[in-house]
Amino acid sequence: MKRIFAYLLPVLALTAVLSAPIPAAAQAGDTQAEPATESPPESASEPAKPSLSALLTRLGDASFDEKAAIVDEIAASGDPQAVPLLRALSGGNLYVRASDGLAAVSKGEEGSETYTSLTGDPVEAEGLEKVRVNNMLRRKVTAAVSRLGLLSPKADVRLTSARAAFLEHDEEMLPLVEEALAKETDSGVKTALQQVRAAIALTSSGVTDDAVVAAIDVIKDRGDEDARNLIKPFTESENAKIKAAAVRAANAINTSLGYWAAAQNAWYGLSLGSVLLLAAVGLAITMGVMGVINMAHGEMVMLGAYTTYVVQDVMHSIAPALDTVSLVVAVPMAFLVAGLAGVAIERSIIRFLYGRPLETLLATWGLSLVLQQTVRTIFGPTNKTVISPSWMSGAFEIGHLTVTYNRLWIIIFSLAVLGLMMALLRYTRFGLQTRAVTQNRRMAAAMGIRTDLVDAMTFGFGSGIAGIAGVALSQLDNVSPNLGQSYIIDSFMVVVFGGVGNLWGTLVGSMTLGIANKFLEPYAGAVLGKIFVLVFIILFIQRRPRGLFALKGRALEG
Amino acid sequence: MTPAVRTALFGGASIWLLGLIAALAVIVPAMNLLMPPDSAFHLSAFAVTLIGKYLCYALLALSVDLIWGYCGILSLCHGAFFGLGGYAMGMYLMREIGDRGVYGNPDLPDFMVFLNWKELPWYWYGFDNFGFAMLMAVVAPGLLALVFGALAFRSRVTGVYFSIITQALTFALMLAFFRNDMGFGGNNGMTDFKDILGFSVQSDGTRCAIFVITAIMLAAGFLVCRAVVHSKLGKILISIRDAESRTRFVGYRVEHYKLFVWVLSACIAGVAGALYVPQVGIINPSEFEPANSIEAVIAVAVGGRGTLVGGIIGGVLVNAVKTFFTGTLPDFWLFALGAMFILVTLFLPKGVIGLFKKTGGIGVKLPGLGKLASGAAKEAKP
Amino acid sequence: MIGTRIKSAVKKGTVAAAFLLAAATSALTPIQSARAADSGTIKVGILHSLSGTMAISETTLKDVMLMLIEDQNKKGGLLGKKLEPVVVDPASDWPLFAEKARELIQVQKVAAVFGCWTSVSRKSVLPVFAELNNILFYPVQYEGEESQRNIFYTGAAPNQQAIPAVDYLMKEEKVKRWVLAGTDYVYPRTTNKILEAYLKSKGVAEADIMINYTPFGHSDWQTIVASIKKFGSAGKKTAVVSTINGDANVPFYKELGNQGIKAQDIPVVAFSVGEEELAGIDTKPLIGHLAAWNYFMSVKDPGNADFIKKWQAFTKNPKRVSNDPMEAHYIGFNMWVKAVEKAGTTDPDKVIDALIGIAVPNLTGGYSAMLPNHHITKPVLIGEIQGDGQFEVVSKTPGLVAGDEWSDYLPGSKDLISDWRAPMSCGNFDVKAGKCLGAAAK
Repeated sequence: MKRIFAYLLPVLALTAVLSAPIPAAAQAGDTQAEPATESPPESASEPAKPSLSALLTRLGDASFDEKAAIVDEIAASGDPQAVPLLRALSGGNLYVRASDGLAAVSKGEEGSETYTSLTGDPVEAEGLEKVRVNNMLRRKVTAAVSRLGLLSPKADVRLTSARAAFLEHDEEMLPLVEEALAKETDSGVKTALQQVRAAIALTSSGVTDDAVVAAIDVIKDRGDEDARNLIKPFTESENAKIKAAAVRAANAINTSLGYWAAAQNAWYGLSLGSVLLLAAVGLAITMGVMGVINMAHGEMVMLGAYTTYVVQDVMHSIAPALDTVSLVVAVPMAFLVAGLAGVAIERSIIRFLYGRPLETLLATWGLSLVLQQTVRTIFGPTNKTVISPSWMSGAFEIGHLTVTYNRLWIIIFSLAVLGLMMALLRYTRFGLQTRAVTQNRRMAAAMGIRTDLVDAMTFGFGSGIAGIAGVALSQLDNVSPNLGQSYIIDSFMVVVFGGVGNLWGTLVGSMTLGIANKFLEPYAGAVLGKIFVLVFIILFIQRRPRGLFALKGRALEG
Repeated sequence: MTPAVRTALFGGASIWLLGLIAALAVIVPAMNLLMPPDSAFHLSAFAVTLIGKYLCYALLALSVDLIWGYCGILSLCHGAFFGLGGYAMGMYLMREIGDRGVYGNPDLPDFMVFLNWKELPWYWYGFDNFGFAMLMAVVAPGLLALVFGALAFRSRVTGVYFSIITQALTFALMLAFFRNDMGFGGNNGMTDFKDILGFSVQSDGTRCAIFVITAIMLAAGFLVCRAVVHSKLGKILISIRDAESRTRFVGYRVEHYKLFVWVLSACIAGVAGALYVPQVGIINPSEFEPANSIEAVIAVAVGGRGTLVGGIIGGVLVNAVKTFFTGTLPDFWLFALGAMFILVTLFLPKGVIGLFKKTGGIGVKLPGLGKLASGAAKEAKP
Repeated sequence: MIGTRIKSAVKKGTVAAAFLLAAATSALTPIQSARAADSGTIKVGILHSLSGTMAISETTLKDVMLMLIEDQNKKGGLLGKKLEPVVVDPASDWPLFAEKARELIQVQKVAAVFGCWTSVSRKSVLPVFAELNNILFYPVQYEGEESQRNIFYTGAAPNQQAIPAVDYLMKEEKVKRWVLAGTDYVYPRTTNKILEAYLKSKGVAEADIMINYTPFGHSDWQTIVASIKKFGSAGKKTAVVSTINGDANVPFYKELGNQGIKAQDIPVVAFSVGEEELAGIDTKPLIGHLAAWNYFMSVKDPGNADFIKKWQAFTKNPKRVSNDPMEAHYIGFNMWVKAVEKAGTTDPDKVIDALIGIAVPNLTGGYSAMLPNHHITKPVLIGEIQGDGQFEVVSKTPGLVAGDEWSDYLPGSKDLISDWRAPMSCGNFDVKAGKCLGAAAK
């Protein structure tokens, strides 16, 4: 009974404070101290509790185990400052003055941080010691905060707390869960709480067989990995009724998870395919239209990625508030930088090598070495940080399908780029001329098209698209001088597999290879999967020596 | 030997080149073994293995020139044939270590001992026999080339498509050899060799012997290639290079000729790899990197394509430049190497050999390389 | 017709000969010039890749060596002579490592070499150092299973990194289930073999260990991160022990962050991720993930503060970070200087003997000593990633840990010891058989 009180008291006391949404885990950036709104009457009538500052004086140089105990005491103290305190603690921003137990929260970059007390008053940095936390403590804090959140007036807070509680499903939480369930009006939260109750029933002793069967049914509807793990021990139960229910539930979950896993693999494949598409589509243009094998294509991607880095850096120093849009600004910039580099390369090297596709391969290989070393000399050999804006971080779930925002955006982005390119080639004068040159260079020239100009523009265009790909890849991969090299071979495979010079071929090719790779990976492993795909391409080319969508052009028939 | 054959084999630059190789084979070991170490004429073991390594690259470039220069097939996987030959030699050298590895295990190489392999995989059987290993150094790349070539040439995969699937081949092999489960030592490959046929690989005598053998093999490889390109077969190859369809219409089974010279070229590359390993002391999957194969092609382009001699010169030159710059300009050598590739392709389409001669090729009329690809294709496919 | 052909061929032959000779001489040029070099300096070889895939890690070490040498010269050099760095670029090309090592020793006549990063590069140069009897200081954590007379291992052996990290996770984080994820090469393979045996000896069941290997530079981690997530949802506390190599780490951590795997759910402890690697990642989503090293830049120590100050001044970059292999070179270089002073000569045989037992200050406030097995004593630190790309030390071994070259957890090596002092002078002595194994025995 006393234990229930320990939970209920702070819950009641802190309801007001908790009206602000609490993230699942407090992060470093989000640690602003919140002023206490009101002092609950209960805490005043409970003189036995040690005061917060007494606890804080001990926090400074306690071991991690001692700190964990103190966290429990803080959560149970009923002090309105407990929640902001705990959040600052788990974010690593809590400082304590050992002499009097004054707590302060740091704000701002390291080296120039300012300190405020929990009530928002500025505090001198003198004598403050950082309270060190580790993962165990962070977990402890998250659990404490989320338990307190089960009775929050906000439905989304309750839902988050209920989900966290499901993973914990601690027997001691049962009274709290029951109480929350009795009050709950939101159906989603109600289901979540019922699942918590069922999970507790499955893991605690002294539960009747019927209750277990009922609990299995509730858990079954959840249908995910956690549910399967909870039910699994009961599939070997000695009680026939429980065993039957558990086996039925496990089978149902397995079937549905199997479909979800396939969907997940397909999604991964699409996402890998979109990366390949971005990397290869510029190559498809230059190779198809001009018959140029551009081994420096990967370096154009790299230039795009470095442009992203520079744009982000410059924008951060001019207008830090615009950090989230720097990626958007980087897209046209990367197109320009890589495109101009492409035009320069075409004018200075490639135009002397037309009709000699195999020799452009050699010259552009030399060029790629030079470009890599140039970037290495200017920016240094180490990776550069490109920060992901908030709208590209994290994930959401559709059923049991995890969709990460960055992958989603990159798929959308790659399709948009492809669509734009197709439209450009289809509906503009530049596109018309490009297609004419692709199909019959001499005839196009005879019709008055300046083929050399078209060549320069096309090469610049293809390179610019590669630069755009670099912006996207900076979100997934290293921004380093070696970035381009890791994509060049894959790009070639995509283009050759899909059929040189055919954008639909590139699309189908990249998606096929991406999905094949991802379906093979769980069975064969990452390395063997890739080898199988390569062997498949080699064999496929034997069947269709001009790729999936053969183009009736002549440029590459060396 | 008829005079015609004599001219074909030893005519022109050939005799000079052979003379030079012979001279190297005599002078280099002599300067290393006979001169006292403090003499100005003494060549260190470093120089002997370095020149030996260049000769291996020259042999590799020669094999690339045979297939690219005379048959118009741009292979981006000769590094893989080279690597396979090297692995055959490496496996023999590993077996030669016997129980002198750090674990003193007489049955397994060190890398298998500490990864808990219990017994030797079947494909290692026979490699303790030098003859068998040397046979495999030729047969393994030859067989791979045969299977790959038979498929590709029959389905008439040509030009860029062929080049790129050869790149896929070497890339797939690299990934495969990187896998530790393959039993070839993974990324570390094979190293710390002790001796070859009972002679210590670290003694100056063995080094010089391997050097001489390398020189002999280079000369032999050169003569074989020359014999091929100067025979009737060689003429057909050139006609395939310049107008494949026309040759086919005349009634030649183009794919058979291509296949023959392709397999021959792969075998020569395998020999080069086998000679390379005891001289550098390591074989690992990085030999399969696509970049290495491209470098071999570039060596041919630098030396002068379609001349055989040019391949040899390019092989030596590119690698010597690399040695020189990585030592003297460590921060900038990629600029130098990259610029060299660009400049040579732009301004010396016939390689350094073309500097001295307007029409390239020995006894072979080579059309302007520039028009080669497009011109031939347009002729062939009306 | 034939006449002109022959004439042209002759002409070509001359050209060919000229070029071959030119090429050969160009390669030999450094040899001749080195002969002429004066002997008023002591040459120190620096064998780190400045181009290719490993440049990203190794270039920094070259700069550290240049700084240390410059510093030593300011102090008056060594044995009254100036130190002269000789930098070469082995270009991440393993055979080239052997060639360049030979060039440094045989042609440049260096007194010692500081270099290599990957195991394969060390394996490649190892026979060269043995044959030409020179000294290599190898500054990177590695898989162990080696002790060679001419090589001094200043990086961590598995027992100085992996095992303390696992101990920490077991004790502090109560981890019961383990994912051992690594790049497919010898260091992760060996480390994971050792860890697997160690975990099993601690009662971890086979089913609670998942091992996964990926190729170099792996960039698409979706599937693997998802399977780690799945493995971690079995109700037992799970952790990932990562031996993923350099380049592949950035996409790995990005995917972890995006799929919402937080350190408090599934902590990742890495052995190849230091301050340099983190410099390329936005670390805010990674707070709490761990790394085990023998040095962190954030360690509060006057020696470390001084080192960082010098380093940032040397590189003219006030934000430049320092990392563990840099400290290893710092220790190795100071050990070498001390040993040369003790021996009074740079003669490798004397220096090799003098090195054993030398102790120099490390940058974490203690002393590191060279052991008879050519490994050194180090403290083991566990750090948590912070939002600013630094690590915060959450655990430190109470004393120094001695590097153990032959792991006790591998069947092949548990009976081996190494002691390079006379009379044993053996890198792989089998205590059971009572003899020195391998080539040294003959």
